Amino acid sequence: MNTTLRYRPLNLGRWLLWGTTALIFVLAPLFSDASFALTLLSQMGILIIFSLSYNMLLGQSGMLSFGHAVYSGLGAYIAVHALNFIGKGTLHFPVSLLPLIGGCAGLVFGSIFGYVTTKKSGTTFAMISLGIGEMVFACVLMFPGFFGGEGGITTNRVVGSAVLGVTYGPAIQVYYLIAAWAFICMIAMFALTQTPLGRMANAVRDNPERAEFIGYNTQRVRYIQLMLSAFFAGVAGSLSCINYEIVSAENVSAIRSGGVLIATFIGGVGLFFGPILGAILFTLFAIALSSFTKAWLLYLGLFFLLMVLYAPGGVAWLVAIQLPVLRARRLTDLLWPYSLAILAAAVCVIGLVGSVEMLYHAALESGGDRHIQWFGLNVDVRTPTPWLVTSALLLCGGLATRYAMQFVQRRWDTIQLALRQVAT
Amino acid sequence: MNTNTPALALHEVRKQFGATQIIHGVNLVIAAGERHAIIGPNGAGKSTLFNLISGRFPVSSGRISLRGHDITGCTPFQINRLGLARSFQVTNIFHRMSVFENIRCATLWSLGYGYSFWHRVGALRDVRERSEQVMEHIGLARRRDISAGVLTYAEQRALEIGITIAGDAPVILLDEPTAGMSRTEAAQAMALIQRVTQGRTLLMVEHDMSVVFGLADRISVLVYGECIASGTPAEIRANAAVQEAYLGSLHPQTEAT
Repeated sequence: MNTTLRYRPLNLGRWLLWGTTALIFVLAPLFSDASFALTLLSQMGILIIFSLSYNMLLGQSGMLSFGHAVYSGLGAYIAVHALNFIGKGTLHFPVSLLPLIGGCAGLVFGSIFGYVTTKKSGTTFAMISLGIGEMVFACVLMFPGFFGGEGGITTNRVVGSAVLGVTYGPAIQVYYLIAAWAFICMIAMFALTQTPLGRMANAVRDNPERAEFIGYNTQRVRYIQLMLSAFFAGVAGSLSCINYEIVSAENVSAIRSGGVLIATFIGGVGLFFGPILGAILFTLFAIALSSFTKAWLLYLGLFFLLMVLYAPGGVAWLVAIQLPVLRARRLTDLLWPYSLAILAAAVCVIGLVGSVEMLYHAALESGGDRHIQWFGLNVDVRTPTPWLVTSALLLCGGLATRYAMQFVQRRWDTIQLALRQVAT
Repeated sequence: MNTNTPALALHEVRKQFGATQIIHGVNLVIAAGERHAIIGPNGAGKSTLFNLISGRFPVSSGRISLRGHDITGCTPFQINRLGLARSFQVTNIFHRMSVFENIRCATLWSLGYGYSFWHRVGALRDVRERSEQVMEHIGLARRRDISAGVLTYAEQRALEIGITIAGDAPVILLDEPTAGMSRTEAAQAMALIQRVTQGRTLLMVEHDMSVVFGLADRISVLVYGECIASGTPAEIRANAAVQEAYLGSLHPQTEAT
């Protein structure tokens, strides 16, 4: 009956969404010509692919992996050797398509390790993935001939014949290569969620027992899903190989595996675009914030903790739950409580950051200089006044945030109740 | 299929958990197209018997065959692919998915899409038509996009049956389909079962005697893991051993209906 009418605006929305995404990828580097911005954007593109591939396991199939870097890392190793062969002239292959080689390597390793890990789900899967991650890391250090030991393997991306003048010498060309791959992988991974396998991955995540009784071998569903996910991880690994021109043991380490877990979770595992937001935020923390402060990892950890405790659906979920309110034109009712909460939280964060920075300064750089320059303010960390000020900000901000959040919660509940009454 | 081949045949099926024997050598033959009910007091092993037939638990000894195939020791998905679908006593659906998604997932294997990652599921006409047909059957077409977790209890039970029949299996096992329902809901569920099992073989466990005697062609009585009687509703009513073991408490109920 009215199905066509119902679907058309949805599809238009989808086209708009993908179009905007493509446009952002194209235009992003034009806003700033600093090489720093380009580094940041390239890193984001790579992490977007990696965390989306991770979410094929965690969010879509309910597999918590502690060893996803194995697939991106080994893919990167195969890619770096392939790139070196291209450099020597023994292999004729366009550099632009190098991620395909890395992806296939990821697929192969996924089919080997995944056969073992996906035999079980839940905690057992998590444990085995951790074990395989550690095993691969140990192997990488054990065979320096292939893996280059601690130092890793270096390469040169400016090899082979330039196609249409694209040499991948300038960073901007590398960025556009990453952006193109990120965009293609995003579409491919989204398309996969709309296939029988993708739908059954969700079914297996929600109720594996019932899935068995409607004809599906849950182990097989997990296995295929993991192999496909490992392919995209391998693509991400190859792009990082091209971007940094070095692949080392760090690429397969538990730190990488943990990083992608944090990025994906912060962004939100329940929605397809969650990991994209997560990758952007994580990169901002890891690259932008780390150039300002040594304490960035502490801030990232605290942020992760807060998200796990108060917004387990991630940033994407926080955005998504506003949409019905926005559609009902009730978001203005929340403007005031939200502003209050943000203001209170900002005071709290300023207090926290002040205290942490002074602590780091006193502990790590107390050698000669005992002063910090803050926005023209000369702060002496040996005097009690700044400590008192930051502690007071932290405490008052914290308390104010609590009250503001209660205010938000009350308004939120009222609006939800009203929306539900409209629905019935 | 040869019409003489029974839809389901159990031969000396036994099951023990540790030292406790739950099923003591059950023999049961269910003809194709028959509606068969298993009744018995609580703890008689009815649900265990279902779990053995559908492959949820392995049998300790004995043989089970489904439409001529030996399915002893097969996994649930293998048994399902051979043409047996079951529902559960405790509602067992995909809570986070919509009604439509629940049904759609249940049609995919039988329509041959398997583990495909090259079909767009929304564009599969046969899947959509079959799913819509099933939703129409179970009366949930208007609840299509509602998340299964927020349906009412009776609707969830209907969805449970919908998932079971969506794969078009010729042999259907229903484990207490009307458990926890009011009289009117149970009557509706009975009509639904009658409708959707048209032309199929049905084996059901049921406590509600009005449903059992209204629906079943044959009835088996299971007491302490043994099948003490098997026959038409009239035969079962008249059976002295059954009355002794079980029906005594139920006579007033059946007369009331």
